[in-house]
Order: sequence, then C-alpha cells, then structure tokens
Amino acid sequence: MRSPFFKKHLESKAKMVDFHGWEMPLQYSGIIDEHKNVRENVGLFDVSHMGRFKIKGDAESQIQHLITNDISKIGDNQVIYSPMCNERGGIIDDVIVIRINSNEFMIVVNSSNIKKDLDWITENVKSCEIQNVTDDYALLALQGPKAENVLKDAGVEQIENLKPFHLIETKLYDVDCIISRTGYTGEDGFELFFDSKQVQVWEKLLETGAKYGIKPIGLGARDILRLEAGLMLYGNDIDETITPLEAPLKWTVKFETEFIGKAALEQKKVERKMSGFEIIETKRVARKDNKVYDEKKEIGIVTSGSFSPTLGKPIGYCFVPVEYPLERKIKIDIGGKFYDSKLASTRFYKR
Amino acid sequence: MVERKFTKEHEWVEKSDQIVIVGITEFAQDQLGDVVSIELPQVSSSFKQNDVMVIIDSVKASSDIYCPIDGEIIEINEKLSEQPELINQSPYEEGWIVKIKPSSPEQIDSLLSKEQYDELVGQSKE
Repeated sequence: MRSPFFKKHLESKAKMVDFHGWEMPLQYSGIIDEHKNVRENVGLFDVSHMGRFKIKGDAESQIQHLITNDISKIGDNQVIYSPMCNERGGIIDDVIVIRINSNEFMIVVNSSNIKKDLDWITENVKSCEIQNVTDDYALLALQGPKAENVLKDAGVEQIENLKPFHLIETKLYDVDCIISRTGYTGEDGFELFFDSKQVQVWEKLLETGAKYGIKPIGLGARDILRLEAGLMLYGNDIDETITPLEAPLKWTVKFETEFIGKAALEQKKVERKMSGFEIIETKRVARKDNKVYDEKKEIGIVTSGSFSPTLGKPIGYCFVPVEYPLERKIKIDIGGKFYDSKLASTRFYKR
Repeated sequence: MVERKFTKEHEWVEKSDQIVIVGITEFAQDQLGDVVSIELPQVSSSFKQNDVMVIIDSVKASSDIYCPIDGEIIEINEKLSEQPELINQSPYEEGWIVKIKPSSPEQIDSLLSKEQYDELVGQSKE
C-alpha cells in the first residue's frame, strides 16, 4: 500500500521501507539529523498509514466499553489516548479517540492492526455507522518547538490557543482540515487530517516551514523520538499478551469506568513491569528480544532498543520483575556478551 | 591510485607493502545509516577469512563485519571508538577499520575487483 505522498517521498530521495505492508519513508537526510531537527526546530511526518475509523451515532458509551481510559473526561473537539483491551486484559491496540461531538467520533489505530481493530469495533459498537476512512484522509504530523510558528505562518488562526489534546476544524491552505495538538515525539506538535487528494499540502508546509528549518522526517527518527519520550510501540512493547498495568500505562486505566478486560485487570496480579534502561558499559545497542539478566539469572527481555542521540548512549525498554527499582543494575545480553546497564524511567526525554 | 579489492559482504581491502587495510564500502555505510558504535578486535588477535571480526551498531541495526582474509590484526582505528561517524563520513579514508598482516596473501587475488563489486551492488540496489 502507498500513502498519498508516496511520490513526494521518492522526489525527496527518501529510503523507503516496508512497514506492515505500507511503503513508507524510513529516512531522508539521515536518522540522527532528522531526530535533531524535530527536537530543535520542526519536522514533517507522513503518518497516513495509521488506520482511521469514523463512528457516527450514539457511540459514546459503547466506545467507553472498548477503552480503559475515561471517555467522559473529554468534551467536543478533544482527544484521548487509551489502550483497547480484550477480556483477558491484553492490549488489542493502543488508540487515539477523537470526539468531534456527541454523535461523531474518530478512532486512530496502528497500521498493523487496522483489520483486527475494525472487526473488534464493529463487533462491539452497535446501531452506529462505522466507516474505515483510512484511504480517504491524509494524516501528517508536524512536530517540534517551531511547529506552531509554521501553522501560524500558514494562516491558521488561533492555533496558539489550541490546548494539548484538543482539535480545531479549520482551513489549511484552503483545504478543510482537522488539526489536533497531539503527536508521538515528546515535542509540541500537531496532527493534520485532510482529504487525501490534497497532496499539495505536503509541499506547502515544507515551503512555509523553510524559514524555521523544517525537514521531512522518516519512520527511523520517529521511532527514536517516541522511544526517548516514553511512548509505546504496538507490536514491540505492547501486544495482546501484555496488560496496560504491566506496561507504563497504568494512568490510562480508569477502574471507575466499565470496559472490556476490567475484571481481568482487577484480578490479575502484576508480576512484571516495563522499565526503561540505559546501557552503561558500552555504546553497543540492545535490540528487541535481547535478554535481561540479574547477575546470572534471566529476569526479562528487551522490547525496544536504540541509540539516544539526546543522551548520547544506548537506551531502551525491557520487562523486569515488578519489584525492581529505578537505578537497579542489570545486565543485557547482546550477542552473547553481558553489558552492565541500569533501569531508568521510560521517559528519557522531557521537553 | 591504490587498487582496492572488495568482498560480497561489502568490505574493502587495500594492500600496502606487507599489510592490508580493511574498511566497509560506501554502499555499506549508506545501507547501515548513522553508525553509533563499533566493537573493534584486539590488536594481535588472529582471524580466519569470513570470521566475524567487528560489530557495527547503527541507529537501524547491528551488523557483523567479516575478516576478508586470514591474518593477524596489527592495528585498529582507535579514532572510531570516539567518532564512529567517520565510517559514514569517510568510509575509504578516515573510516578505515583495521590493518591486518595476512598469513595467506594470495587470498587477496580471489576477492572482487571494483568492476565486479560495482556490478554486485548495482544488482542488489534493485
């Protein structure tokens, strides 16, 4: 599958990669350069591979039943992040629910889960119109400290008053656009939903953003940005065998609401937890599925690992027994060698 | 102009007097992406042809670098420990990796010529 901006990526000499069946840009100028540009200036991401469903009708209480977070906490034109669990409390997906109004919602899901999620939602949300609009909408993310400047210069009024996790329906270069103040990088930023035929928006944003040093950013840098910011990647860090209470997503589980998986989450004793780690001894990078040891004893597994350009050292997430504190020394097996490491918060970067 | 030989695994080899300098090719560094660390062998350790000699970590993946010929490591590029990015910036010059004293110098003759390597890379690009 190809995003509406596929040709633009080739024109920008992007290295393309297969991502769950989508041909997406891995990198343009280089992963470290792109990462730095988002932290310091602003970057433009094509994330049109993310799945999007529109739900119309009396859906609020039914969506509540699907997610662990509390949908009553958001009003019209607001956004909430939440895991969606199965009966066992395992994470089917982590999603963004957008409330346009009490009769219209949009759910943004991971590209790897589009079919599974659509089936699950269709099964659980009755008497509503559910539409897979993934191909109808383009989705771009504009992220970084200068993102607001770019939208201001693009003529979006009142953008400075848009709060995090709120959205506006507005015009962007005369194109109808939903702009939410959300992202997956740990920076201030926006996500832009508009008609997928309006591909010129990509170029126009790059033109408007030129004076702020905007660059297109690929999935490679996006992965490091989210890793530094403590954000989960479905399929790596979380999946149906992992509960939100084991992942650092306890804050998204609201037991005062009713949702699928609640009983399991209330009953199941949490024995392992996800922690961040830093490798102390080497600059070698741990990767997914590397094993974690306490001296000679295997205690867990790496779920994500990369090199943090911000910290200048290898970092990642791993599962360890729930009682292990921050700073606890561990060893990580990389290619048969055991490297001294220590546990850390998953939020390596805070702006 | 020095003559370089190449391996299918994207190492280059340059012979000068009795020693051989080894690095990775432009194509290899481009495929790896930004290099963030390199694990170098011990000086005076010995390797056989195709043994794993070096491990390079980039932001994308970990990659094994194979020894292109039998021999003994006589020098490593210490600069790479602090500046692994030299592999990206200057793969054929400042980003050289090790110097080897070959024990079977004739092995060099059977490595790929530049033309053969370029053809190989041209194909794998598609």
